[in-house]
Amino acid sequence: MFNRRVLLGATGAAALSAPSLVQAQSGPIRVASVGPMTGQYAAFGTQLRIGAEAAVADLNAAGGVMGRQLALEIGDDACDPRQAVSVANQLASRRVRFIAGHFCSGSSIPARDVYAEEGVLMMSPASTNPRFTEEGKWNTFRVCGRDDQQGQVAGTHIARQMGDQRVAILHDNSAYGRGLAEETKKAMNAAGKQEEIFAAYTPGERDYNAIVSRLQAANIQVLYIGGYHTESGLILRQARERGLNLTLIGGDALVTNEFWQIAGPAGEGTLMTFASDPRRRPTAAEVVARFRARNVDPEGYVLYTYAALQIWAAAMARTNADDPRRIAATLKSGGPWQSVLGPISFTDKGDPTEPDYVFYRWNNGAYAEIS
Amino acid sequence: MAYALQQLINGVALGMIYGLIAVGYTMVYGIIGMINFAHGDIFMVGAFVALITIVLLLSGGIMEGPGAIMLVLLVSMCVTALYGWTVERVAYRPLRGSFRLAPLISAIGMSIVLQNYVQVAQGARVKPLEPIVPGGFTVLTEGTFVVQVSWMQLVIVLVTLAVLAVFTWLVTRTALGRSMRACEQDRRMAQLLGINTDRVISITFVIGASLAAVAGMMYLLRYGVIDFYIGFLAGVKAFTAAVLGGIGSLPGAVLGGLLIGLIETFWSAYFSVAYKDVATFAILAIVLIFMPTGLLGRAEVEKV
Repeated sequence: MFNRRVLLGATGAAALSAPSLVQAQSGPIRVASVGPMTGQYAAFGTQLRIGAEAAVADLNAAGGVMGRQLALEIGDDACDPRQAVSVANQLASRRVRFIAGHFCSGSSIPARDVYAEEGVLMMSPASTNPRFTEEGKWNTFRVCGRDDQQGQVAGTHIARQMGDQRVAILHDNSAYGRGLAEETKKAMNAAGKQEEIFAAYTPGERDYNAIVSRLQAANIQVLYIGGYHTESGLILRQARERGLNLTLIGGDALVTNEFWQIAGPAGEGTLMTFASDPRRRPTAAEVVARFRARNVDPEGYVLYTYAALQIWAAAMARTNADDPRRIAATLKSGGPWQSVLGPISFTDKGDPTEPDYVFYRWNNGAYAEIS
Repeated sequence: MAYALQQLINGVALGMIYGLIAVGYTMVYGIIGMINFAHGDIFMVGAFVALITIVLLLSGGIMEGPGAIMLVLLVSMCVTALYGWTVERVAYRPLRGSFRLAPLISAIGMSIVLQNYVQVAQGARVKPLEPIVPGGFTVLTEGTFVVQVSWMQLVIVLVTLAVLAVFTWLVTRTALGRSMRACEQDRRMAQLLGINTDRVISITFVIGASLAAVAGMMYLLRYGVIDFYIGFLAGVKAFTAAVLGGIGSLPGAVLGGLLIGLIETFWSAYFSVAYKDVATFAILAIVLIFMPTGLLGRAEVEKV
């Protein structure tokens, strides 16, 4: 009785899944972009989504990849490691071939293992934690830099330019925030500068007055935060309300106009590290013009997501096979790949060979590269 | 010394907001013996209603002075009270007389419904608001360290104390309060004696929701950034405050909120910021071991 039911169930499942297998071979190729579409960091999820939508539309208009159209799916991991794993499982079971994501390092790292087992290639536009590509998985790539490089730039800048000021380093205990704060501290200490405070805060809260008073008591003049824009903005706003005059320095998670909306005028003069503005590169001119025509500013990670899909499509076309492992090999050996970000080659780990981090300054609601 | 004083001010202002939300938990628990898990989300709805009203007033160019703030408060309290009433009507009243856990599950469901409703209606992104009540005054200066109280902190403390006074009076001195206490002691007996218990329970929910709206508006004005998820964390903290103070007791809720605000702030001020929640819950556990009914709670007498 029991056996028969199992048998029936198995036949039923086979009958159901058979047509979809056939379809997967001939129908559109499924790709996905995954990031925080909801929650605190949804501003970044939006960047990933509009970048991916534009890339897929452009690739399809140019005839697709290997003669097949692309179908884009959007996954929401809310920047939560557990949700990232369940989204990864869902997407893998729907036979998605390529992931342009995830956004948060804390999501990309656990999702990576699921994709590696299920044979899915991923290229993150934004996850900068070194561990993402360090742990020897075949399927991980990124088009952004790494936090050891980003921290190096920030740490040496603080030590050289602000050597006589009192510095505090805070982080949010996430894979991204903590990793970045530690790399910055390492680089800064190596350059001969010690910090007064190194501490963590709890993300998602609103009241950071206790920390602000602590900074005030220690006479902090420069505050480095490894964390996302919502908390950085709030801490800065509450510091300014208390009359503290400190300079905030952050990482690439501040590259959204939402930072200014939260911090308000307190954000004036804030520094952050990010790659040299992709919107200004000649290779991006045409795509940027099309975004602007639709009244969308391709800020932050929009073009990075676009580039991830573009590079993957080029590599798949050159491999001429729907085999993620072979595409991964092509990606590593076949560079430089032409993209909106300019030519990009990958190391054996899947990192771009020439990352560049520069400083930006927030001024009157906009950020601009400083030389 | 100045540093400790400043942290004391920070802690009191934070604790008062927790206390204000905790009053809603404690009133509902007192009267029908259930934890209204949707209360944190009612607080979130209150903050959103206040934000929408403020944005409307700003675009109309009439967001000025204390009068406008009172208007926002009134609108937010009324609309949020309507939500509180509806939640009780839809999710809890049909389950009255059902087994004890049924309304609890229903409350968790209601919390998810409210969160997702606001997420769909208002978007998932954070909503920032420019400071409406900026500034403050200096209490004392010690070296380079300035102890400050912002106007908003002062308003929060005063409003919470005023609300507490009004509702303590309401519960202990009025006919409505007498009915509420009667319901709390024995609902069936109260019904037999001619009290419309359904109405009393509805009114309790309406009061709880309008207090949550007050807290929501204070929160919005103080921190300036809200999203659909704020109700969860604030709700958990306020619930903890209600338990610490002795659930069912009005002054206990405010005392509990105050203590949690102070523990969090002082732990962050002198020890590791990352472990402040551990400290809070450790103290809660210790208090509950020695005083199982909380600081000001009364032991439940089992009627035989």
